[in-house]
Amino acid sequence: MARIAEPPRPPAPRPYLELLDVAKHFGGVQALAGVSVAVEQGSVHAVVGENGAGKSTLGRIVAGAVAPDRGRILLDGVPVSFRSPREALERGVGAIAQEPFVVPQLSVAENVFLGVEPRSAGVLRGRKLRDAYAALAESAGFDLAGTAAAGSLRTADQQKVEILRALSRDAHLIVMDEPTAALSARETEQLHEIVRRLVSAGRTIVLISHFLREVLDLSDTVTVLRDGRLVRTAPAAAETESSLVEAMLGRSLTSAFPTKHVPPHDAPVLLSVRELVAPGVESATFDLRAGEILGLAGLVGAGRTELARALYGAAKVTSGSVTLGERGKRGRSPRRSLSAGLAMIPESRKDEGLIFARSVTENASLSRLRSLASFGVVRRARERATARAMLEDCDVRGARFSAPVGALSGGNQQKVLFARTLLCRPRVLIADEPTRGVDIGAKRAIYDLLTSLAAGGVGIVLISSELEEILGLAHRVLVMRRGRIVAELEGEVMQEAAILGAAFADEKAAVA
Amino acid sequence: MSAATTKLIAQRGLDTPALARLRRVGILLPFAILFAILSLTSSSFATKVNLLNILDQQSATLIIAAAGTLVLVAGGIDLSVGAVYSLAGVTAAHFAVHGNPAVAIALGIGAGLLIGVANGVITTMFRINALITTLAMSFIVGGIATLVTKGNLLVLFDKPGFGKLARTEFLTVRTSIWLMIVSVLVIAFVLSSTTAGRYMYAAGGNAEAARLAGVRVNAIRILAFTISGGAAGLAGVIDTSRVLSAQAANGDTALAFTVLAGIVVGGTSILGGEGAVWRTVVGVLFIALIGNGYILLGLDPLYEQITMGVILLLAVGLDALARRTG
Repeated sequence: MARIAEPPRPPAPRPYLELLDVAKHFGGVQALAGVSVAVEQGSVHAVVGENGAGKSTLGRIVAGAVAPDRGRILLDGVPVSFRSPREALERGVGAIAQEPFVVPQLSVAENVFLGVEPRSAGVLRGRKLRDAYAALAESAGFDLAGTAAAGSLRTADQQKVEILRALSRDAHLIVMDEPTAALSARETEQLHEIVRRLVSAGRTIVLISHFLREVLDLSDTVTVLRDGRLVRTAPAAAETESSLVEAMLGRSLTSAFPTKHVPPHDAPVLLSVRELVAPGVESATFDLRAGEILGLAGLVGAGRTELARALYGAAKVTSGSVTLGERGKRGRSPRRSLSAGLAMIPESRKDEGLIFARSVTENASLSRLRSLASFGVVRRARERATARAMLEDCDVRGARFSAPVGALSGGNQQKVLFARTLLCRPRVLIADEPTRGVDIGAKRAIYDLLTSLAAGGVGIVLISSELEEILGLAHRVLVMRRGRIVAELEGEVMQEAAILGAAFADEKAAVA
Repeated sequence: MSAATTKLIAQRGLDTPALARLRRVGILLPFAILFAILSLTSSSFATKVNLLNILDQQSATLIIAAAGTLVLVAGGIDLSVGAVYSLAGVTAAHFAVHGNPAVAIALGIGAGLLIGVANGVITTMFRINALITTLAMSFIVGGIATLVTKGNLLVLFDKPGFGKLARTEFLTVRTSIWLMIVSVLVIAFVLSSTTAGRYMYAAGGNAEAARLAGVRVNAIRILAFTISGGAAGLAGVIDTSRVLSAQAANGDTALAFTVLAGIVVGGTSILGGEGAVWRTVVGVLFIALIGNGYILLGLDPLYEQITMGVILLLAVGLDALARRTG
């Protein structure tokens, strides 16, 4: 991606936003320990750091979602202290979250003007609303129908609703927290385009992102945080991906991926799928061998997660067959799949994976609880010992195992899920986006886990939206598009371009 | 991960904010304060007679509330317990009038279990909201109870054999209290120490996650409703034996809400996945102490309801506050 020509800037850039010694703690966690940052007007200022480094907290403080414990915030030279996002918005500070906030039942236009609808004596003026929306969308260059129900939109378009909402209040500063995490490659490119346009129109963007390439492409200045402290703020031009990683970690990362162990060609087939049809899956046929990591690539919504859920018995299968090992049939429910040796790490830790209020130990032992009990009574000492051993194997670090799992970092939470799954000793493991929202250090630990499992003879289906990850780990790649497996790539042809080509072909029809 | 990050995460578990700590102790503190105040202001409060009398009166509520805790933890709610309590009471009374007291007791509890199973099956397999299901069930069961009694008060004063269940003294304490203690302990043990109890927390905390982890969420919820129905049945039978009479519509819905209030004041979350039986016991007794206090101190009982409402709101409000900040 080429760096585009810089738009004209005011002659003497001055800080539009200044944070002075801002600190915030949540319970016993010091999320921000006195951070000072100055953001120039009309620039993209990126904030990077590992999970838990405090970057989201910083964004939320600027946007008025949380109040700092101490420190001052100057907006255009004037001290401000927002008590709510609404107050911030009134002062021209908007925010766009990773999961957009829209009222699903209301239309796009109603969402944009939520709370400031044109009205006369309390009666809404529908026509005026439509006109105002049309003018706003045109000025932003968005092609988004104002009458569509916001809930029916895709994430990318819902984010546009949030951007329009900020623009409608004439926001000069927009905080974007991981705006592209849930977007496909094309939607990401569109959002980048929007950011560039906003900045060239003189607006200021604070961009919080995990994606270092995105950060380097888009931003003028980068601030690196580590453990709630400022590491440095420097021009983006002076940084590289590895310099940022080093600053975030406090050390350099030797290699992103462990070495692959290619399984022997005569390895037994563990999972055999024939013409599987399920909701969201048109047809899927493939084999998985022992020790193999099979990558499942494709756009968001291409049917990868649906396929995984159908295989695991979490969703109904319409027709076709799934055969597990020599013993035959797959289970028709997650419970039966687990006892047949097929396990799944679900896509969302929070919604489908963990029980946040319960302890780490209880979450880890959940699937194997029956074997850790006698006559239905849980043997706690045994449970703790078993869970602890596996949690340590899975590299869950620095956490008390009696603490609620929701208090752990994203990386540790994911490792707890691995521990639970591995306690079931699966022969086939489906990992759906196992590193989403996980920091770099934990990513590598998860890669190591997957690789060593495969080396031990487990067959792995790896679903990931990060192509790097698929290419770095998988021995073979299946590309899905609109519910079908459209390409199988192995060896030399397993390249980024080939995967993207297969995933995106016919994309226009899919969008329409 | 850097050493500093590791340290940061390690701190999370150690330093609990004051509010969260307060929430853990929860109802125990106000209970102790109220108990102390009543002991100081009324000479007749802290007497064995008064305290045992409270326990005797509350035994049915305590049993039902203990079991109701399981339903709430598992992510459901049971509003039919008042009606089930009433049906079990009149069923037992009906059969005790003409037959063997043991059979009458078994039939009363059996009716409760049966309705519990029905509640569980309807809410899980047919996916009908638990609040509506059990409310509807409450009307149906209340109607059946009236059919059994034909609208009369069933009197058992000439059947002292049936009264033995709850009215026998053992170690100077009535069997109604002993039965309550045993039931509550068993229910508490189920929730805290068995696989079924764990699955209840999992099902209520995150049903989809529990299902994907291999927990039979529907089965565990049916079990919770069954225990709740059985407990309401047992409570109805005990109270019939205690007062040697039974009547349909014995304050059906009022009891269901008193039970719910006790559970929630105790600190069990109405959203599921969190809670404990001991909390419920303290919650129910806290409410009972307020009622007792009003009588002993001769206060205008008109204010009792208002006090109750305020306390309920406070309990739920504190829970919500702790959730947001903790």
